[in-house]
Amino acid sequence: MLEMLQQIGHILSYPFAVRALIVGILVALCASLLGVSLVLKRMSFIGDGLSHVAFGALAIATALKLSDEMLLVLPITVIAAILLLRGGKKAKIRGDASLALWAVGSLALGYLIINLFGNGGNVAGDVCTTLFGSTSILTLKTADLWICGIMAAVVLLLFFLFYRQIFAITFDEEFAAATGLHTQAYQLLIAAITAVVIVIAMNLVGSLLISALVIFPALAAMQVFKRFRDVMLCSALVGVGAAALGILISFAPTQAPIPMGATVVAVNLVIFLIFALIGKFKSLQIRKSHI
Amino acid sequence: MAQLECRNLTLGYEGKTVATGIDFSLNKGDYLFILGENGSGKSTLAKALLRLNQALAGEILFADGLKANRIGYLPQQTPSQKDFPASVKEIIRSGGLNRGGLFPFYSKEEKERAHTVMEQLELLPLENRCFRELSGGQQRKVLLARSLMATRELLLLDEPAAALDPHATAELYEIIRRLNQEQKITIIMISHDLEAAKKYADKILHIGKDSAFFGAAEDYFKGGTAHA
Repeated sequence: MLEMLQQIGHILSYPFAVRALIVGILVALCASLLGVSLVLKRMSFIGDGLSHVAFGALAIATALKLSDEMLLVLPITVIAAILLLRGGKKAKIRGDASLALWAVGSLALGYLIINLFGNGGNVAGDVCTTLFGSTSILTLKTADLWICGIMAAVVLLLFFLFYRQIFAITFDEEFAAATGLHTQAYQLLIAAITAVVIVIAMNLVGSLLISALVIFPALAAMQVFKRFRDVMLCSALVGVGAAALGILISFAPTQAPIPMGATVVAVNLVIFLIFALIGKFKSLQIRKSHI
Repeated sequence: MAQLECRNLTLGYEGKTVATGIDFSLNKGDYLFILGENGSGKSTLAKALLRLNQALAGEILFADGLKANRIGYLPQQTPSQKDFPASVKEIIRSGGLNRGGLFPFYSKEEKERAHTVMEQLELLPLENRCFRELSGGQQRKVLLARSLMATRELLLLDEPAAALDPHATAELYEIIRRLNQEQKITIIMISHDLEAAKKYADKILHIGKDSAFFGAAEDYFKGGTAHA
């Protein structure tokens, strides 16, 4: 055990490992803050849907042999997010169905395009890494670190400045609109940030597992805490903690490399289960004290 | 001059007209019940008053410093609120956001206002409780307190007593009557409850496809239940 910890410590002396850890933590922080609002607004699967859209966009970008794929992937995903979050009310195809439509549609199209126009390499391997998280997080450059840092700073600042408005709109959109808040503008903002976070987070856990970063910390926090502010703080802490722990565990030297994305999600799952138990225990105690 | 006046409103959504020829005016301190069957346009009227929907035709005029975003609105409850993790205090404070203020925290003044409102509605013992653990009647009271944070002039309540037991319903109506009489807050109550209308309203607006009525409550009930 001690030896293993030493090995992990040794890996952390490499800059690529530190970069992966920092990016992972920042992405998880943003995702877990957004997650509280998305889960409470019954939009838990938005992360999943958007990441499938991003997968499709990535396939197109690869087929077009773009030098910087993000130039295509990011705008397409942001537009999809805005259409999904805004169109929810007026669209003919409602909420969950339209999300499923987008998600599966882009997944299929993306896979088709990769097979038809791909560079003929290892298709199965390429697809697998995009879906379950690639090793690209270990090859991050300093520029990627900056992008992540700026994104995290923007998200944190927005949540700090507009915390009250985000609460009001998450709790009761109609009342918020009636008292003159620009709910549509806030929706747009949330949609855009969600898309950006998801595109960046794809590098970490891959597009199939991304929902976990969004919903697990929020759900875990809601099991135990009863105030919105506490739920937000706890969700952020859980998200960051699970990401850090998961990434460190995946650095452990084993015979076969441990997939980083799946490890982070597994740690999230374990934390959620522990919190769910604590929540059950707490509510039992409250019930006892009432009798 | 009237605090709120509607002239010849036509209401509808997605091109469908649901009610026409709505004319009424309210003075400060009035207590209006809006009656009508399901689908007659009661909630659509509420949303038009709040500027959430546009009226298809006609005019809505505010006076006495009242503005659409200074109406204390109590919407029908949404299902997602049932398991929302938030304390009573957090929810009530969020009602005062229409007062503006770009500073990202509630000011001392806002906090005191929330305290006063909770005191009036006897919610202080619950202020740190979790919203989802309250009874239906308590939840409605919290949301009423939140709408009081948004206004000093006019409360617009959309079926506030829906799904409440008789005791909680009576308590809620009593609180609303007190706010109307003691603080001269104008009340617009959307409801099905004829008994309550008889007891509390001083004006009635009945909207519907073929019968429209606006006038004093006494006149409305003089003809028995002919209008209902």
